[in-house]
Amino acid sequence: MDSIIEGFGKAFFLILHLDPELLSIILLSLKVSGTALIVATTLGLPLGALTALKQFPGRGFIISVLNTSMGLPPVVVGLFLYLLLSRNRPLDYMALLYSPLAMIVAQSILAFPFVAALSHSAIIKIDPLIKKASLTLGATSFQVTTAIVREARYGIMAAIIAALGRVMAEVGAILIVGGNIAGYTRVMTTTIALETDKGNFALALALGIILLMISFVINMALYFIQKKGSLQT
Amino acid sequence: MGLTLSISNVHKSYNGKHVLKDCSYSFERSGTYILTGPNGSGKSTFFRICTLLEDPDRGDVIFLSEGSAVAKTIELRRRITLLLPKVGVFNTTVFKNVAYGLMIRGINRDEMSERVMRALDFVGLEHKTNQKALTLSSGETQRLGIARAIVIEPEILFLDEPTASVDQENTEIIENIILKMKNMGKSIVVITTHDMAQAKRLADWLLLMKDGRFVQT
Repeated sequence: MDSIIEGFGKAFFLILHLDPELLSIILLSLKVSGTALIVATTLGLPLGALTALKQFPGRGFIISVLNTSMGLPPVVVGLFLYLLLSRNRPLDYMALLYSPLAMIVAQSILAFPFVAALSHSAIIKIDPLIKKASLTLGATSFQVTTAIVREARYGIMAAIIAALGRVMAEVGAILIVGGNIAGYTRVMTTTIALETDKGNFALALALGIILLMISFVINMALYFIQKKGSLQT
Repeated sequence: MGLTLSISNVHKSYNGKHVLKDCSYSFERSGTYILTGPNGSGKSTFFRICTLLEDPDRGDVIFLSEGSAVAKTIELRRRITLLLPKVGVFNTTVFKNVAYGLMIRGINRDEMSERVMRALDFVGLEHKTNQKALTLSSGETQRLGIARAIVIEPEILFLDEPTASVDQENTEIIENIILKMKNMGKSIVVITTHDMAQAKRLADWLLLMKDGRFVQT
């Protein structure tokens, strides 16, 4: 019990004194997860919109794959990426293994189905009268799509925030492809795992507290977005 | 005279059921055309075909401008508009709802603002400019739909059952808006209604449709 209290004390000391190591780890975490989220949104949102707004062969299959992929175990994603990127493997020439870029790829793969599947759900719920209203007012196909996506904005924001929550808390995939190299690929979750193994609870707790705070902020944002969306519909 | 519309020998069927049979009519002069008839007589299908939302199985839908046929492009679609019986409202303010048609046409901010305010004033919603459109009553929503349609200054305006889902007070307000448009005499306004008394109050020309055909014009 004493070691836990002592750990918390040291953790708050590190946070309050803006420990450089702590800050660099937090910064890298935000950089990796933020970039992964941008990649996942750039690819996932158009796919979510396409599957919601267009009928085409294989649409049902894609939706099922996306929904299933939301439950992808991160370690399995990490394992597959490792097998592709490691020495003498198909993507070895890219020299990505144990780099922040490999971590971004892994997290993008994990975030992508969240953004795509949840955006699909948000867009498909939009009243068909919105499409008719846009068309009758002279909108082009692209403008009609934009109007529908804009109507689904609260649901889409919730999808993006849910994906951020997923990647920020993720440890398995980035540990495998990032290698947890100090000052290079060490992020919050992998540091917590490593420092706990070493018995260095202060840094692990400090990062745990910050991770919880980030998670809390994400969930509060999600709550307010959903509340705003429900008030306006 | 700007745009005119000529429909000739139009047929339309769904799953083998003939909804429109050999429909022909020309909307050549500005004024109010009232299309009336029982439920299922084909009025709404006729409107969707006239507004290029659907193609007929057979027959011609020809828009003429200065005596020449106009190609069915997005530019033509932007010269006509249709107000559906249920208005699709964007989840934003009344102002932005009315501005939508101008925004997609790339109208500049000052002109947009002026035209939106004029349209809102025309339908009596000028005091609701910044209100969330989804909080309007059904009658106000219908008037919002009319403002959104007239703000783009269509040369042909189709109103499909504009008073079907509103109370008596809003019916009178909407009728007055239509009468004001009629008095301005700028464009062709085509309206469907079940209410024969209303048809007589508003019509310059009365068209009766039954079983997919015009039985009286």
